[in-house]
Amino acid sequence: MILEEILSIFLGIFTDYTLRYVALGSAILGITSGALGCFTVLRKQSLFGDAIAHAALPGIGFAYLFAGTKDSLLLMLGAAIFAWFGGMITLAITNTTRIKQDAALGITLSVFFGLGIVLLSYLQSIGGASQGGLDRFLFGQAAALIESDVINLGILSALCFTILILFYKEFKITTFDSSFGQSLGFPIKYLNVLLTSVIVVAVVIGLHTVGVVLMVSMLIAPAAAARQWTSNLKNMIILSAIFGGLSGIIGSMISSTAEGMSTGPVIVITITAILGISFVFSPKQGYLFKHLRNQRKSQISLDNIKTISDKEKENHGNI
Amino acid sequence: MEQKSSKKNSESEKEYSVIIKNLSVTYRTEPALWNIDLNFPKGQMIAIVGPNGAGKSTLIKAVMGLVPITAGKVSIFGKTYSKNRDKVAYVPQRGSVDWDFPTDALDVVEMGLYGKLGWFRRPNSKTRNLARECLDKVGLSNYADRQIGQLSGGQQQRVFLARALAQDAQIYLMDEPLNGVDVITEKTILSILENLKKEGKTIVMVHHELQTVDKYFDWVVMVNRNLIANGPIKEVFTKINLDRTYQEKQRMSI
Repeated sequence: MILEEILSIFLGIFTDYTLRYVALGSAILGITSGALGCFTVLRKQSLFGDAIAHAALPGIGFAYLFAGTKDSLLLMLGAAIFAWFGGMITLAITNTTRIKQDAALGITLSVFFGLGIVLLSYLQSIGGASQGGLDRFLFGQAAALIESDVINLGILSALCFTILILFYKEFKITTFDSSFGQSLGFPIKYLNVLLTSVIVVAVVIGLHTVGVVLMVSMLIAPAAAARQWTSNLKNMIILSAIFGGLSGIIGSMISSTAEGMSTGPVIVITITAILGISFVFSPKQGYLFKHLRNQRKSQISLDNIKTISDKEKENHGNI
Repeated sequence: MEQKSSKKNSESEKEYSVIIKNLSVTYRTEPALWNIDLNFPKGQMIAIVGPNGAGKSTLIKAVMGLVPITAGKVSIFGKTYSKNRDKVAYVPQRGSVDWDFPTDALDVVEMGLYGKLGWFRRPNSKTRNLARECLDKVGLSNYADRQIGQLSGGQQQRVFLARALAQDAQIYLMDEPLNGVDVITEKTILSILENLKKEGKTIVMVHHELQTVDKYFDWVVMVNRNLIANGPIKEVFTKINLDRTYQEKQRMSI
């Protein structure tokens, strides 16, 4: 029976030791990147998330090259430093040269990713088998998560949420209207650096699970899906975290059903499915209701034309 | 140039809310504003006019330090902006924000109180009620829960004004608040500003409709990178000054 099978996969989370940590690690990633990804999407910085994720790769290579261990905390630190550095370089290029942000992102993404691949292949040539396992950070390998990893991910995630809750109001105002926020005295530059740093931590959490290449979808897809259902920032963040966490759990359960199926890509496909469902079925913005909405919009523009012509009449009357 | 001759500092502080001295702003190598000497008198409706790219928005942004100042000084009631920022309310251009942002009208108005709340303190029932009062003043109390993208352009502009009202300031710096709004909005905004003026507050507005300048304002500032003219409408809002401000770019008949 299919139902029994699904049930047994679900129960696997409680009985299967490996699956439990894989699901838990993936859920932590989904919740964190889901919540923070809202800001990435609302600031129209989706590609920025992609660039910093790719920029993390050489950090892993360097950390291994210099420390010679595959200690996950050390690799994560290396990844974080390079991701952060990549983000700052992008901001610096955009702010100090005539190069626009999309080109700056392209530069950072490809240069850092290229450097990472060079490093990884170099390590492979000198270390042979000892390098094995570093390339799992390309697409992630959630199946390799163990208890201590999950505890580390949990601590990092808690750090992200603490900062998000403390600075929620500041992040909100600088995202919605940064010059107004600046006029109130909030230092938008520092707040942007802080927010970027928190997103870097989320990216680092995702290294084990979905890897650098697919990480950006964990930032964008939950937020984009959540936006379809709500027009309130707080609800959007909560819903996005739920979508991200759910896709982590469901994705790791699905991938556990077949030998050797990569968890990361399955998680990404799961969140994309949630996004697709949201696009079609959400009551406020779904395609099903698009027709109705368009009708209302044309009514609004009719009203606008009316008021504009009223104004014209009045202006002419005054001259 | 018909700037009033500057008096002793102590006297001019009584008369002027904003004093700008030798202000220059450069974007990269392009000068946006050049050597501006300008005072905003208290209790007046002041229009800033000039062609596109003349630095009108830059001028009010420079007053608040939102753009880096190359040279010069700005003082607000005798102090720097950062010391007196709670005396200044700001209405940015409506087009400067994303109206699809997931928030409602009341929430945007409440943002006007974030500066007074300071770091880490959350909006509460008190700020919520204050925001509601301000939304009521602009005639939008029925739209408090409306997602801001579902409001008309004029309503969005009124939400921005309500947010500035929530700041409860002495000086209101507004960037084209009457641009493309409906009749009701224009009337609402003007009557609110008229009341603020009666309370002795200074209103500075970037304005693009030259034919309404003498109707709505007491004082006009004409800029085109340089300050062309500055003074009471009757004295300085002349054809000669307009021609000098708009040069070849645009000739308006009034």
